[in-house]
Amino acid sequence: MKSSLIVRAATRLLVGLLLMFSIWMLLRGHNEPGGGFIGGLIAATGFILYAIAHGCRAAREALRLEPQTIAMVGLGVALAAGAFAAIPGDALFTGQWLFLWPGPDTKGIPISNILVFDIGVYLVVMGSVLTLVLALEEEV
Amino acid sequence: MAQSDSSGRPLGGSAGIISILVPGALFVWFLQFLPAVAAGETILFRIDWVPSLGVSIGMLLDGLSLSFALLITGIGTLVTLYSSSYLGGHVHYTRFVCYLLAFMAGMLGLVLSDNLLALFVFWEITTISSYLLIGFSADEAKSRRNALQALLVTGTGGLAFLAGIILLGGVTGTFDLSEIEGSLADHPLYLPIFLLVVAGAFTKSAQVPFHFWLPNAMAAPTPVSAYLHSATMVKGGVYLLARMNPTLGGTEIWFWTLVLFGGFTAVFASILAIKQTDIKQVLAYTTLMALGTLVMFIGLGTSEAIKGAMAFLLVHSFYKAALFLMIGLVDHGTGTRDATVLRGLARAMPLTALAAGLAAISMAGIPPSIGFIGKEFLYKASIGSEFGAIWATVSIFSASALMFAAAGIVAWRPFTGRLAETPIAPHEGPWAMLVGPLLLACLGLGLGIFPDYAEVLVRPATAAVYGSPVDVDLYLYRGVNAALILSLVTFAAGWLLYMLHGRLRDRLRRSPDRFDPGWDRLMDGVLAGAKWQARLIQTGQLRRYLFVTFLTLAVALVWSIWRAGLSPTPDLGDDLRIKHWAVLVFITAGAAIVAFTNSRMTSVAALGVVGVGVALIFIMFGAPDVAITQLLVEVLQVVLVAVAMLKLPVLNREHVKTIRGWDLLLSLVIGVSTTLVLLAVMDTPFDLRLTVFFEQASAPIAYGRNIVNVILVDFRALDTFGEIAVVVIAALGAFALLRGTRRQSR
Repeated sequence: MKSSLIVRAATRLLVGLLLMFSIWMLLRGHNEPGGGFIGGLIAATGFILYAIAHGCRAAREALRLEPQTIAMVGLGVALAAGAFAAIPGDALFTGQWLFLWPGPDTKGIPISNILVFDIGVYLVVMGSVLTLVLALEEEV
Repeated sequence: MAQSDSSGRPLGGSAGIISILVPGALFVWFLQFLPAVAAGETILFRIDWVPSLGVSIGMLLDGLSLSFALLITGIGTLVTLYSSSYLGGHVHYTRFVCYLLAFMAGMLGLVLSDNLLALFVFWEITTISSYLLIGFSADEAKSRRNALQALLVTGTGGLAFLAGIILLGGVTGTFDLSEIEGSLADHPLYLPIFLLVVAGAFTKSAQVPFHFWLPNAMAAPTPVSAYLHSATMVKGGVYLLARMNPTLGGTEIWFWTLVLFGGFTAVFASILAIKQTDIKQVLAYTTLMALGTLVMFIGLGTSEAIKGAMAFLLVHSFYKAALFLMIGLVDHGTGTRDATVLRGLARAMPLTALAAGLAAISMAGIPPSIGFIGKEFLYKASIGSEFGAIWATVSIFSASALMFAAAGIVAWRPFTGRLAETPIAPHEGPWAMLVGPLLLACLGLGLGIFPDYAEVLVRPATAAVYGSPVDVDLYLYRGVNAALILSLVTFAAGWLLYMLHGRLRDRLRRSPDRFDPGWDRLMDGVLAGAKWQARLIQTGQLRRYLFVTFLTLAVALVWSIWRAGLSPTPDLGDDLRIKHWAVLVFITAGAAIVAFTNSRMTSVAALGVVGVGVALIFIMFGAPDVAITQLLVEVLQVVLVAVAMLKLPVLNREHVKTIRGWDLLLSLVIGVSTTLVLLAVMDTPFDLRLTVFFEQASAPIAYGRNIVNVILVDFRALDTFGEIAVVVIAALGAFALLRGTRRQSR
């Protein structure tokens, strides 16, 4: 079954937008509504849209990795981010912060294992949802 | 059966050599503690393992645990040496060695642990490795069944034991044996603790009525029977009782339970021993007799009785391991274990016959073996007991007489007389299989002649069990006394029984065994029950599962509302604006459409309306993160349902009508009761401490202004990690299910 030209054309635009949006949501999550969970859901939506328009095979090719691999990698990233806290000798999953180039009135650019953890969550949610949806679509 | 290793690698290759060296080295290592322990010292090592739960890996070396440790490693070395030849050529020999070493580690841990919880873990390791060893010939149904029986009986007992440990720990405030002091006899929880611990000990040490698994465990290869089911594992229960004697002993119920069950097991098992034709089975039942005797004498609890029990423990380990190994040699050399067939093997298998003879002297309790000394001390203790002297004396006397006869059946009759026809022409076994039985049998005799060497172990062991030092003086002959006279009567009675054993056996074989078929019936019953409940609950219909789940929830909700007598006073106040009412109407309308529509598409869409309405509520009350998530999930759900819709069967409208009423009723009950509970929650003053903390701490400590996200990824990151792990597992599970059904449908 081929989907309509309009859907296919619009998808090209929308998928890119959705993915950028998802990363924006992920990054702003610490201070504004958003975060890894929401970001992951949006990213998954983007790929699902692509799968609806161009088929599951195309979506899988666009992903490059198997969605379950993405989910597992995400879990590993989250664990590594948590375990990182053990290096300075803190309890697991303790936040570690580094502020780059602090200025007179700004603290600087914050870098933390918390963000890495959130990226892990993002990958897990995206990978898991896609695992489920793509498998279900291919099944039907 | 025995697989000879004439062509295989010497000593079973590297696996075999490791399996011999490890216990051997450990034996030597434990020997160095002997002088200190013999002098009455207790050695304690400790490493914290789970400090928050009070679990430590402690090693407690006193007379009792050192005796056991030396037996485990010493006999272990001989048994592994024996196995390297007996099973060295077996395809799964390496596997066997792993099981055996795992068992050995478990057993050592069991007797050395100072911490009761660690002791329990090791206890279970012995249970599991014993299961693997009994079921070693896994292609035989009988061996699998017997392994499972042993696992279930001892495993169930193990659970009872665990409950007992937890109670004990709660009462004494410690799980460390070295720190438990005094007796618990007057504590209100004494009875449950006692019953649970005894259940563990009785199943492990196969006391009547749990005895039936032990003879069946003889499905294991012979070295395993020699090691686990005579010298070590089955004594785990005895060890436990001995260990608990200072804490739980000394009460009437302890005394009578142990003395009655132990005595009955001893006599009952010796009678069944005479009934067997398979000499391995004869030995299996005499092991039961020994376990019963040990339990009975620990129950008697006098210093004399404990002394006798500890001496007998040593005696029994030597002769029983030797005899089992001897039977392996006979099986290996002749191809049969049938007592009615085997005759006159002494000429063909002289060394085996020598080992058998020496071990049998000890088993029958004939001087100058250590077996004689052990029996004398048992007699002395039972005659001298303040209570139950008659019961104890009669049981130990009849058991000993029967034991004398059994020794004759196992170790005298097969070797004497005219050589009979056997499946294989009788021949002697290889040296690796002869060392063990010969050494053990000679030890039994040597320690009898020089009992001072046995005292070194018996004295501290007795002191550890009795709770205070006891003077132990082992001797062969100190003038004529009641015990000696009883011994002489035992020999006469035993000899008579041996002469008559053929006729006795025929008589006994006419009465059927009730325990084993009873076990099979019990198992059938359990299986039937499981099938019945699976048919009842597991219908395979998603709708049915959801209905049952929500029904349970509804019952719980209604019950708690009724119990708490909730009558909330809804205070709607002026907070509600038109927009709130609008959302309310929106959601209710959506729900109503779901309930009454006849089209799947409509109901999915209407359900989406409900979801969006809920998201609106989240937005109005300041939870944008939750609202976004809710909306996204709603979108994804529509996609999922739309995909699944293609596969769903056509709706049966008549069927829907009949079940919809019930579904509606259930939904209403849940809706109303949830609302009531929520209103009641709102009535109670709201504890804002956590909210305030997060509001204040979020930005300065975690550098984030979005509290929800900061909690998720920082304050409660570990929880989140657990949740995303669950998400991955759920996705993988669903993936496997979908792929699985696809393969099936092809």
